[in-house]
Amino acid sequence: MTDVAMKAPAARRLRWPNVPVSVIIAVGWIAAMLVLAAFADQLAPYGFTKFDLRNRLSLPGNPAHWLGTDELGRDVLSRLIVSIRISLLIAFGATAISAIAGTTLGFLAAHFRGLVEQAVLMLADFQASMPFLILALAVLAFLGNSLPLLIGLMGLFGWERYARIARGLAISANAQGYAAAVRQLGATPQRVYLKHILPNIASTLIVSMTLVFPEVILLESGLSFLGLGVQPPMTSLGNMVGYGREYLTRAPWIMLAPAITIVVTTLAVSVIGDWLRDKLDPTLQ
Amino acid sequence: MTAPLVEVLGISRTYRMRSGLFGRAASVHAVDGLSFGIAKGETLGIVGESGSGKSTTGRMALGLESPDQGSVRFDGAPIATLGSSAWRAQRARMQMIFQDPLGALDRRLSVADQIREPLDIHKIGTAAERDDRVHELLQSVDLNDSHGRRYPGALSGGQRQRIVLARALATRPDFLVCDEPVSALDVSIQAQVVNLLIDLQARLGLTMLFISHDLRVVRQISRKVAVMYLGRIVEYGDADDLFARPQHPYTQALVSASPAPGRRSTNRIVLTGDPPNPAARPSGCAFHPRCRHATARCAAEVPQLVALDDQRQVACHLTTGARPKTQDAA
Repeated sequence: MTDVAMKAPAARRLRWPNVPVSVIIAVGWIAAMLVLAAFADQLAPYGFTKFDLRNRLSLPGNPAHWLGTDELGRDVLSRLIVSIRISLLIAFGATAISAIAGTTLGFLAAHFRGLVEQAVLMLADFQASMPFLILALAVLAFLGNSLPLLIGLMGLFGWERYARIARGLAISANAQGYAAAVRQLGATPQRVYLKHILPNIASTLIVSMTLVFPEVILLESGLSFLGLGVQPPMTSLGNMVGYGREYLTRAPWIMLAPAITIVVTTLAVSVIGDWLRDKLDPTLQ
Repeated sequence: MTAPLVEVLGISRTYRMRSGLFGRAASVHAVDGLSFGIAKGETLGIVGESGSGKSTTGRMALGLESPDQGSVRFDGAPIATLGSSAWRAQRARMQMIFQDPLGALDRRLSVADQIREPLDIHKIGTAAERDDRVHELLQSVDLNDSHGRRYPGALSGGQRQRIVLARALATRPDFLVCDEPVSALDVSIQAQVVNLLIDLQARLGLTMLFISHDLRVVRQISRKVAVMYLGRIVEYGDADDLFARPQHPYTQALVSASPAPGRRSTNRIVLTGDPPNPAARPSGCAFHPRCRHATARCAAEVPQLVALDDQRQVACHLTTGARPKTQDAA
């Protein structure tokens, strides 16, 4: 639906000379990350848990280990590639969950108003006022740890923003114009919300997703750094940073490689998000 | 006389309004005890200034809003409950044309898809039949298939309004409510759209409720006209007759204010006083603070809509006072 909607204007606008260099680099970086994540098993030169005890803490630039090895002789490049896969999986999964849940709740609030709306808004306020790290710590401490649980937990992060945006935009769409027109044609609420309102507010939601996405990566890194996120022997970007900390002075590359990846990836998503916001907002044309 | 297709019986609608955070809640009587009927194939025009409750009346006649009091009957039966599936199914038989055609269209769907939408919603015909119907509808509003592939943003105001019209006609409705359909358009395009409406009505036998503040347009399109002031009908009658010899002082002022070629406007009636505020309704006849002929009785007693003769009904103490009263209002 979105592609149908964007076809006409977007085809004209998306010519290369109009796209800033920073955005091209950012898109290239994200694409490279996705390729790495998708083909992690094929691309990683070694298994991510494979020891090479004779080459412990070897420097980057070593022909056998381009990014060096850690204290157990594990190849940092291989671990980095697998970490990118896990971290992206968590970030994408969590962003998708929170976007879908938040938008659905926002639409429900806009449709039913009254008690449902109050309940949704109260939950959103609760979520916004509660430091998420504390909530995450509590859940992980009680329920133990697994990848699906972690993704689900991260999915709780940021839903209230989508809910508020979706509710506000849906209410205004309902009050005047196209949604009211389609409703009086006899359309069911599902049709009005999914076929008409959603494509019309998608640009705002997409931009909001690009804002939440880096935060999820950082949050996952933070939790893993604290030892509550992804558990060894599994690895993630934050987990690598956390365990590399002990060798910060003797072997900084263990920590720097994932740290730089986190910084550049979140920056790239933010740059794309900023650009998309300008592109998708018709009032800024 | 045949039974009316649409029958409105004493409908009222009150909105609660609050001024400021701690302001007192005031109730606004948008529509106050309105009754009328529209015979099949006929057009009723409703005129009145902003805030007179024209649009609310239209929405209630169509069942888009339920009246606080009174009822609306369509084709001999009450309109289904708002939002129920029976109500949704009924939408195929009654449609609305909006004032702002760009607002009423989804900018992210092609025009043909939007005309097709009512057919998809009500599951009328096969895919091929729906495509044919879209083609036919575009033709009937003087547009072609290349217009159908465009998006609303790429069409002119008149074209958009014709697209809205085509969409409204897709399910072959019996009853059409036009809420200020031409007031957002240029005068030259107004004529186009009005002529198209008249033409389509004659061809399809539509029953219409035509809401406007433009007397010329209403006169051109309607057989019967109701003049509204602050939520009530003050005068009702045949269009030509009503505009030729208006009885209610408000109608007289309206008619004298609309420009006509070749007529000198020396005898214009200029209304003094504040424009009406539905939240603070004057006592008695709502029009009395602005009326040239107002008497003490006008401020005290609400005039009822009374038949002057078999053509005309007026709610004014002056016109009814002189004649023997017939109390069977509406």
